[in-house]
Amino acid sequence: MKKLINGVDNIVDEMLNGMVKAHPEYVERVPGTDVVARTGAKKTDKVALISGGGSGHEPAHGGYVGRGMLDAAVAGAVFTSPTPDQVYEAIHAVDAGKGVLLIIKNYTGDVMNFEMAADMARDEDIEVDQVIVADDVAVENSTWTTGRRGIAGTIFVHKIAGAAAEEGRSLPEVKAVAEKVIANVRSMGMAVAPCTVPAVGKPSFELEEDEVEIGIGIHGEPGTHREKITDANTTADTLLDKILAEGIYGEGDEVAVMVNGMGGTPLMELYLINDHVADVLAGKGIKVAKTLVGNFMTSLDMEGFSITLLKLDDELKALLDAPADTPAFRQF
Amino acid sequence: MASAIYQCIEQIGSKIIEHKDFLTELDREIGDADHGINMARGYSEALKALPQEEEDIGAVLKKTGMTLLSKVGGASGPLYGTAYMKAAKVAAGKKALTLEDGKAMMEEAIAGIKMRGKAVQGEKTMLDALIPAYEALTEGMAAGKSPYECLADMCAAAEKGVEYTKTIRATKGRASYLGDRSIGHQDPGATSSLYTLEAIRDFVKGL
Repeated sequence: MKKLINGVDNIVDEMLNGMVKAHPEYVERVPGTDVVARTGAKKTDKVALISGGGSGHEPAHGGYVGRGMLDAAVAGAVFTSPTPDQVYEAIHAVDAGKGVLLIIKNYTGDVMNFEMAADMARDEDIEVDQVIVADDVAVENSTWTTGRRGIAGTIFVHKIAGAAAEEGRSLPEVKAVAEKVIANVRSMGMAVAPCTVPAVGKPSFELEEDEVEIGIGIHGEPGTHREKITDANTTADTLLDKILAEGIYGEGDEVAVMVNGMGGTPLMELYLINDHVADVLAGKGIKVAKTLVGNFMTSLDMEGFSITLLKLDDELKALLDAPADTPAFRQF
Repeated sequence: MASAIYQCIEQIGSKIIEHKDFLTELDREIGDADHGINMARGYSEALKALPQEEEDIGAVLKKTGMTLLSKVGGASGPLYGTAYMKAAKVAAGKKALTLEDGKAMMEEAIAGIKMRGKAVQGEKTMLDALIPAYEALTEGMAAGKSPYECLADMCAAAEKGVEYTKTIRATKGRASYLGDRSIGHQDPGATSSLYTLEAIRDFVKGL
């Protein structure tokens, strides 16, 4: 393993320190924790939004802390959910008495740890609610699985629920709009090459020189199947077909598109994929109102990408277009 | 001198730390390759945090649970943390345990894991080692076997449970996304549960 680290035990701590030193005007660490919160007054007079998860997905989630998006983000060890005490610290740091919404990606560990923290906070009469993002169409949503995973679509939940909270909406209203995003957002990813978790020291799965893994999650877990590599457009079609088969996106609809890099993919490749995605959607009469291309929800050094579609209505469109000012997402 | 309960936790921790790489390797095959790393970190921290001379078994188990909860992460942290904290309630204030106490603690721990994990037996989880182990312990006690024999039966049943996890498909946790591809692999959580029970058995043998 060849990595630019100083020791596997210090990665998260040094990464968070580097993040707050890079963006002191946006974020600071809540002392003694792995929680990143907005710089200055933490308790703004609005519903507070908290997200988090394992590290290794940067800029998620600390990069989305700031005006118009999150109030705090909790970082766990690499690919490991943060613990309940840390989430509880985040709740305490940002609750202004208007309630707290936890935005959780659907993984067994994340859900358990965030729920335990919510239970702890409710014992102190803090109003806490949660939404669980489950946008990954690669995996079955059935009684035989834990339900779909939460992946890059989570960024749209941060953005839109964040804008709603900033407008001064109540906790049930912010939750409702977050649920509307979750109902209308779908994603799917693939990998050309696996990632290497630093503490493990070897790739999370092995691929032959001419193979790709379709339907990967964001933690180096293997995907749904392997196939021979073809070309970018064919690969994008594979993902897009599965997303469109959900039946949510049809002729005349307006969508937001995200072509998300997994961490080790050149932007050049993401842009050329987006060229094709835009053409396919146009061919189907689906109007693209907004496009995001870049590394929004990564998986360490994995090479690959995911596609996310979000169907918009007037409310979601207005909230998506609202200003946001965070280290990793700015729009004015 | 360290209390008996501290020495017992130390023995469990040593066993988990010794098998750290194997547990991680099992998790790499069907999960996200961190089970051994996370569990070893949790026990190392717990052994540092525990009061070595505290004899109140409930207090030591509660502290163990709280530390695992805050240091392990993933799903294992809440599950093992809950298990220890539930067992701690049964042992609160006690300085010695009977086999009957041990059985009651295990029953509470299993109930806690089911509640937190929203899981039942047969889903390729730690419950597939723990539930048969509990049943074997109960049967051994009913048959009037010695405490060590009961614990040996308990571990043998847990080991069979771990073997059983190789034959079934995961329907809970991250491995569930693999569908039938999870068949043939041994569940990491069931395996760390087996190590925990074996360490308890060996500790009791050494008393």
